[in-house]
Amino acid sequence: MALNRKIAYIDLDKETIQLEPIPMEWRRKFVGGRGLDAYLLYTNTPGGCDPLGPDNVVVISAGLLGGTLASASSRTHIAAKSPLTNLFGSANMGGFFAPEMRWAGIDHFVIRGKADRPVYIYVHDGEIEFRDADSVWGAGVYDTQAIIRKELGDEETQTLCIGQAGENLVRFASVMTGRKDAGARTGMGAVLGSKNLKAIACRGTMAIEIHQPQEALEYNKKVIDQVISSKASQSMQRWGTNFIFGISNATGLIRTRNFQYNQLPNSEDLEAENLDKYAVGMDACFGCQVHCRYRYVINDGEYAGTYAHGPDNISQGAFGAEVGCRSMETVLVANHLVNDYGIDTLEIGSMIGWAMELYEKGILTDKDTGGMELEWGNTDAVIALIKQVAFREGLGDILAEGPLAAAERFGPDSMKYLIHVKGMSNLHTDERAIPSFALNVAVSSRGSDHLRGRPAIDLYNLEMEVLDRVYRSPDGYDGPLTNSFSEYEGKPRMVMWQELCYMAVESLGICKYHTVFLSPNHLAFKEFSRLIQLNTGMEFSEMDLWNCADRCCAIERLFNLREGMTRADDTLSDRYFDEPTRLGLPVARGKHIDRDKFNAMVSEYYRLHQWDDAGIPTPELLKRLAISDLWPSKKKLETVDG
Amino acid sequence: MDKKIMIVDPEKCTGCRTCELVCAVKHNGVSAPSLARIHIVKWDNENFYIPMYCRHCEDAPCMAVCPKTAIYRDEELDSVRVDHDLCIGCKMCVSACPFGAMGWDARRGRLFKCDLCHGDPQCVRFCDTKAVDYVKTSMLCCDRMREAAENYTGLIRRQAR
Repeated sequence: MALNRKIAYIDLDKETIQLEPIPMEWRRKFVGGRGLDAYLLYTNTPGGCDPLGPDNVVVISAGLLGGTLASASSRTHIAAKSPLTNLFGSANMGGFFAPEMRWAGIDHFVIRGKADRPVYIYVHDGEIEFRDADSVWGAGVYDTQAIIRKELGDEETQTLCIGQAGENLVRFASVMTGRKDAGARTGMGAVLGSKNLKAIACRGTMAIEIHQPQEALEYNKKVIDQVISSKASQSMQRWGTNFIFGISNATGLIRTRNFQYNQLPNSEDLEAENLDKYAVGMDACFGCQVHCRYRYVINDGEYAGTYAHGPDNISQGAFGAEVGCRSMETVLVANHLVNDYGIDTLEIGSMIGWAMELYEKGILTDKDTGGMELEWGNTDAVIALIKQVAFREGLGDILAEGPLAAAERFGPDSMKYLIHVKGMSNLHTDERAIPSFALNVAVSSRGSDHLRGRPAIDLYNLEMEVLDRVYRSPDGYDGPLTNSFSEYEGKPRMVMWQELCYMAVESLGICKYHTVFLSPNHLAFKEFSRLIQLNTGMEFSEMDLWNCADRCCAIERLFNLREGMTRADDTLSDRYFDEPTRLGLPVARGKHIDRDKFNAMVSEYYRLHQWDDAGIPTPELLKRLAISDLWPSKKKLETVDG
Repeated sequence: MDKKIMIVDPEKCTGCRTCELVCAVKHNGVSAPSLARIHIVKWDNENFYIPMYCRHCEDAPCMAVCPKTAIYRDEELDSVRVDHDLCIGCKMCVSACPFGAMGWDARRGRLFKCDLCHGDPQCVRFCDTKAVDYVKTSMLCCDRMREAAENYTGLIRRQAR
């Protein structure tokens, strides 16, 4: 059944493998996927370990419902201490790896140590072996997967791997599967690289029993119809997330030229509709009817004939708006390169935008860039920098160390222009007009990130009754909510609710686009509870699941606190507070985040989580969640410090 | 009576493999592509996703090779079916099928193949893009002709402008 998959504890130093069942108590407390990963990472890593050292553990998982009849149960989660933020590292990707991993008998890999030579791991129907990675070390993401399939003589093999960027320890290297599925954030690819682990290949024919197959089949149909009947899904089916770009640019909600403007005029070529001339079809992850990405072929230039997948809204920002490029062709080429080298598209786009502003301000000169003119809109420079980062050449070698380390090299003035939280760059949305979004990126457990708790539906100015329905359940919250995105009141609840919702969905291994993210009518706790019951037979009430999500969010918080994070890290770059937006519609123009109101939001957000005003989970909360043993009492901490 | 057949349009296939999932759940109560009667064959480095399944051949090699006449044509659905009471498990049909559509479930010691879900193929029901479809033969040509003719109308409209 769906509950008999194993945890594979792998030690690369000793080349040992140990398979353990997942105790039912862990399922009840941490569910699976990202939730159980948080617990496994917290308990298997020593505090303060070197993220690129052998003590760091990388945990890779499928969710509790991975590969089952829960629409889009395709997600793989990767966790380790992040070499980018030195905090909780976490990345999530779609594709076909997670279901294949479960068909091969494994739910979680817990990998420690460092292999003495490049290796990859091959898992087939419960058997695990180490294989030399000589044939793929140095290869890009596309080739690595093709070569491994050939080597194993099995075209159905699904592979998770790193590209050259991960091998070269680029601190924002991604873990990849397929042509575009990227576990890109927080540098998980560098952690694999540091372990000499190039890839994990899975192939399985072990059936996952469905608890109530016919009922699950009918309920899955209902769920799919619910999801694909929304406007958001229908737009995604047609244009992917690229449909978001036009409206957010027109309103003035995207950052351009790093953080100087909030709208990119004359950028029609970046609009989703222009993808059609490159498209050769749409592509979907396992079990998903939203199929939100393009399959495309680059028509002209050096990369003519290249077949790739994507891009998405993030790439339009990263290689378009943020760096002042106005050509879809640039976006398509850059998207292909970061996917093949295995680099976080968001991080590198933001860092190039930052470098361009530093060049404009004279903080970086031709001497630093090796003569490359880092002018806004210089496509050649964008492409060149992607390669330089992947192969650690010239300026790219400095950027590859991540924003904070690079800022140290560039001098204190460069910090002023860096848009980051906890050492991770922000995406291209401009949150100065949207306090809820600003709060989300400030408090996210993995550094600046919209996918941790963004209440995207706040943008829609929905009827209050819709917000009441979504945000007051399942725990009966009776505090304030507001439906104007310019407000500060009630937003901490929306962010906290989304955090728990996203934690739940990522513990189940379902795609976020199927939950309340871009539509208020998608799945949430009620539907999750039913999906778990029909697929696994486990009874989780809505509140059970809510409490699990709360518990796992608390563990991520504890991990960060153990690494030395404080309330001072839950903040935004000064420009959010000090520089009002210059462009856009009246709802977006002349806006900045009010420092006092922002601080009040953070306090309220902590209070809702039952964390104290310093952002530390209270003993009462830890007791209620039955994880008091994970956090030493104050007295013990003092002894350790003293 | 108007018969229906399964048709496939690889260009519409997004490669999601929902068809494989629902097929195995419908017939075996499990998630297991290895037991699915349909499979999306992919060339990931190019741009090909091809749904493969039993064609319910008119002159079916599986039927011809079966020594016990366990494989027969169901006139109502116009489908190729297996009578498991007659089947001796010799697997000749597995070798004979040119499409790989005859499967062998080793755990149950039983042949498996597409049975069109008794007229309501779940792969079709769940395929939102209709890359696999189950259509009346009388409508088949008209639909395809209209789709193909749209190329011409587009051209003529552009010229008219």
